[in-house]
Amino acid sequence: MNLSLLIILPLLTILLLAFCRSQSQVRWVSFIGVTVQLVLSLVLLALYWREHAVHGATRFLFESRQSWFSALNIEYHVGVDGISVAMILLTAMVMVGAVLVSWNIGAQVKEFFVLLLLLSAGAYGFFISLDLFTLFFFLEVSVIPKFLLIGIWGSGPKEYAAMKLALMLMAGSALTFVGVLGVYYQAHSFDLLRMFSEGAMPLSVQRFFFPFLFVGFGIFSALFPFHTWVPDGHSSAPTAASMFLAGISMKLGGYGCLRVAIALMPDAAREYSPVIVTLATIGIVYGAFATMMQKDLKYINAYSSVSHCGFILLGAGMLTPTALTGAYLQMISHGLMTALFFAAIGSIYERTHTRLVERLGGLQKIMPFIATIFVIAGLCSLGLPGLSGFVAEMTVFMGSWQRSASGYRLATVLSCASIVITAVYILRATGQTLMGPVKDPQYNSLTDAKWNERLTGILLVAGILVIGTAPFWLTELINK
Amino acid sequence: MPNTAYILLILLLPLFGFVLLGLFGRRYIRGFSGVIGAALLFVSTLCALYVAYNYFSGNAGMPALRRTYTLFGATWLSFGRDLSIDMGILIDPISAMMIVVVTVISLMVHVFSLGYMKGEERYSTYYAFLGLFTFSMLGLVLSSNIFETYIFWELVGVSSFLLIGFYYDRPTAVAAAKKAFIVTRFADLGFLIGILILSFQAQTLDFGWLINNLSSFEHSPFNEPPVFLGLPLVDWGLILVFIGGAGKSALFPLHIWLPDAMEGPTPVSALIHAATMVVAGVYLVARLYPLYTLTRDVQQVVLYVGAISALLAAIIACTQTDIKRVLAYSTMSQIGYMMFALGTYRLFPPSLVDPKIGFIGSMFHLFTHAFFKALLFLCAGVIIHLVHSNEMKDMGGLRKRLPLAHICFLIACLAISGIPPFSGFFSKEDILSAAWRADKFIYAIALFTSGLTAFYMFRLYFSVFWNKPATGHPHAQPLVESIPLVILAIGAAFAGLIPFSHLLIVGGHVHSTIGRNAVPPVLIALLGIGIAAWLYYKQSDRPQKAAAAFRGLYTAAYHKFYIDELYLFVTKKIIFNCIGRPAAWIDRNIVDGLMNGLAVATARISATIKGIQSGKVQDYAWFFFVGIAGLAILFIYIVR
Amino acid sequence: MPVIPLHYILFLSTALFFIGMYGLFTRRNMITMLMSVELILNSVNINFVAFNKYLYPENLEGLFFSLFIIAIAAAEAAVAIAIIINLYRNIRSVDVEAADDMKF
Repeated sequence: MNLSLLIILPLLTILLLAFCRSQSQVRWVSFIGVTVQLVLSLVLLALYWREHAVHGATRFLFESRQSWFSALNIEYHVGVDGISVAMILLTAMVMVGAVLVSWNIGAQVKEFFVLLLLLSAGAYGFFISLDLFTLFFFLEVSVIPKFLLIGIWGSGPKEYAAMKLALMLMAGSALTFVGVLGVYYQAHSFDLLRMFSEGAMPLSVQRFFFPFLFVGFGIFSALFPFHTWVPDGHSSAPTAASMFLAGISMKLGGYGCLRVAIALMPDAAREYSPVIVTLATIGIVYGAFATMMQKDLKYINAYSSVSHCGFILLGAGMLTPTALTGAYLQMISHGLMTALFFAAIGSIYERTHTRLVERLGGLQKIMPFIATIFVIAGLCSLGLPGLSGFVAEMTVFMGSWQRSASGYRLATVLSCASIVITAVYILRATGQTLMGPVKDPQYNSLTDAKWNERLTGILLVAGILVIGTAPFWLTELINK
Repeated sequence: MPNTAYILLILLLPLFGFVLLGLFGRRYIRGFSGVIGAALLFVSTLCALYVAYNYFSGNAGMPALRRTYTLFGATWLSFGRDLSIDMGILIDPISAMMIVVVTVISLMVHVFSLGYMKGEERYSTYYAFLGLFTFSMLGLVLSSNIFETYIFWELVGVSSFLLIGFYYDRPTAVAAAKKAFIVTRFADLGFLIGILILSFQAQTLDFGWLINNLSSFEHSPFNEPPVFLGLPLVDWGLILVFIGGAGKSALFPLHIWLPDAMEGPTPVSALIHAATMVVAGVYLVARLYPLYTLTRDVQQVVLYVGAISALLAAIIACTQTDIKRVLAYSTMSQIGYMMFALGTYRLFPPSLVDPKIGFIGSMFHLFTHAFFKALLFLCAGVIIHLVHSNEMKDMGGLRKRLPLAHICFLIACLAISGIPPFSGFFSKEDILSAAWRADKFIYAIALFTSGLTAFYMFRLYFSVFWNKPATGHPHAQPLVESIPLVILAIGAAFAGLIPFSHLLIVGGHVHSTIGRNAVPPVLIALLGIGIAAWLYYKQSDRPQKAAAAFRGLYTAAYHKFYIDELYLFVTKKIIFNCIGRPAAWIDRNIVDGLMNGLAVATARISATIKGIQSGKVQDYAWFFFVGIAGLAILFIYIVR
Repeated sequence: MPVIPLHYILFLSTALFFIGMYGLFTRRNMITMLMSVELILNSVNINFVAFNKYLYPENLEGLFFSLFIIAIAAAEAAVAIAIIINLYRNIRSVDVEAADDMKF
């Protein structure tokens, strides 16, 4: 199983797009491309399982190495373990959803899909890299297309939002790069596998470079107080970009924090743990309160993403095995859930041309399918059992409770309290947009979801339900 | 064990109904959905009765076995070495009793709705939600793992939300559904933290092991040093779990959602907010009863919260004019009874009477209450359908037009008032015995409350069926609406004859119900009925005069003691305005302002420096020269 | 005839160099700047020839290099005048301060 296929396929699709002549061709070629990608990731999952049953000991499978810049010890080194496989599957599903949801983009269709596919190539590369430099390379690949997507096809204050997002993410990458260089200076190699198997670095080096790595990746994952790119960025972006941003891009940060920062520098992580936990808890609670006050559906979802990604950082900060598993589960669950939510909001916006909650109302009668998708996404956000959000959040809570110092217990209690605030804002949004009398008589003539939106909804809901009702396969995958 | 298959059927048939009717009901099955839903539930009920019969009859001469079937040999969600959520099924006396209650009442509601909800636009969605609710409630009572209970607990909450908000184009219904969900969510937070505490202390989530580990006498967690407000951590765990139960069971002060929940269709109120969901909290405490009996402080909490709820609700019910709201407060009051009975164990002085009588009374009352309360609600449904209004003033003299409803309502009122030989008498008697032995003050409150219960129930009865002259012909009632009423009436009348104490406890004592303690409640009840008759039998101004006599208390009770207003104040003014708004403002202006400020600062610095790029060649030449000169001096004189 | 010391000639060429630089940095007329550049180049020429004649009288590299410089100076002057004429056609002025479009 050649992992580089995961990167080659999107690039190939982009190449094919160059030869497309009509908008319809562009859409179909992209759709086929991402569907093939999804099939490939499912195949990867199956192969991984089979291989893992055979070689239980090795952690990373399907490795391949190629020297790139030998003078600096940079290699193109890829491999996957259970977590990477799960993240690749997540990326594939969200990408299919994103392409389907963008079926009705009117202007510059080819460029849009090219940029979207480039984003996905960056994400896949990130998840399979085992060489720090390659990891960073793919991280960067996925930043610039976001700027273009938001700035050109977005809505609202899109230029401002695009600029803010790009600059803040670049700042994050810059900090990460300092951290990466620090690691290189210490270990004289970018090879993650070698560094995992060797002992830890001296504490003084760890202490100095850990903040760079963690904060750098944390900016991608909405670490308080560097989260302000999230509300404007996600809300001004076109639906597909929002889905990718919230669903995958924020997980790049989480994956980086867990896989690179904490795994390479565990002692420093333990030292900085109170700080991380504090910032994560503030993000969760403060994010939830700020969400309550928002009037725009997309802002509600964006702030809610800040709050939910706080769980990832909380799990990362608590450092117990259960909490770390919970953080990975939350990455996957939140990715699916927020993509679904943005898809629903995007469908509503496309039809009603407004995202303000006060102007919407009674949409359940008019578009029952979209309303059901909206409700399912909302229920997943509030952690209803049977959906994936519950599994992830409860694992984080149980893992966090293991640390019995009173400060950590307080942080856990406050984070648990956020489930109430989440219920408040989700139900307010649902109640006002979907239920009640129809606000504007013009809405009566709107149509329900078309085939592309239905397919997106069904795909993502299926993912959420599978994880929610049968989480054992996923936890096994993550725990190797 | 063949029983496993039946138990699974009990659980899965309603779930299958939900999926089937939810996905295909709207377009393909339509009007047939009700029959499908009811048929599935009928099979489920038969299985439940069969399993319960097997369980209890196998009991004769053998100790009460707690049989735990664990399905899904692999765990569902693992949290590490010992802790995991395992999906399992626990059959013990109370769960066997509960599956009977839940399936029978649910079946009655399904059948009743065939007539009541006929012609409704979202008929199949209604039955789908009913199926979801029944599945969740059955899962809740059958769970063997405390987190599994939490899972089904939340599912029950969502079903309740969907059903209360069934008429979703009515803003009041949407608001009521939201309120119910949020209040119970807040309570669920307590439940969750309680689970975290208890599971950490016991290192397990399974009920059997949990109770076992926490009640061991060596290194008992109950003897640990106090951690907060003078109570050890495990006590706090139990209190938090109780708070979770109190929210679901609408006990003071988390009761505010229950009256508003009457916005849902009346059969839903019968099922969820009378007989099944609201008793989930009582069931949870009963499930963990061996732990609750170990600590005196927590028992006090349970006792007082239950008693206050019972009394408060009874007072408010005396002033309400909406028939469903009277019944809602009545439910809250009866649940208060059930709850405080569970708090009496520790307080018993040594005596011949088994202190478990509180537990027995509570469960017995749960059983009987399900019957007569559901009956009351279904009769209310019939009445409301007839007069097209919920207000008592639009009713009156209906006994000729609704003869069957009249008889059933009367039976139910007699049962709830505790008049022998109806079922309520037996169950209340056990509870009052427990109260008498535990705390005389609580006994006094309970006695007074039962008087009030009789009063407000018969106030309702007389206002609806008497009061005005009785005219008219009997209203044609569909058979599907009549049969459930009759069945429930039989249950309400004769359920008292079931020897509950035998069933629930090993070697349960046979206590004589005909004793001195049985008389005062009956007398007080008759007094209450008498006063109600005097005030409401005929139309007069006596009620207004009575209300004027108690003016202050009456007004306060009519406005439900302003508790709703207090909550609104706290949430809107304090939480929204003092926490939410500032949070959003800080984020937009301070945190984001910082980022924007950085950008502005960078731009300003850049604007200042850009002058170097003046576009004039001679300036550049100068820079050249200075640079070269500088480097030259550097290398010639300084760096050797 | 007494031989002129080397440093006299070097003084001359240095003075010419700095006069040329002064003219380059200060004059506004582009043609005048060109003349200053020529001064600089010529001062360098004098330097080369002086060193060649005084220090290495047998070799002729210095002279050859001066010839190169003269040729290149001529070519460069031609190119410079061409640029100035084109620039004049656009901005209608030979003032170097007027040609400041390549600024921030």
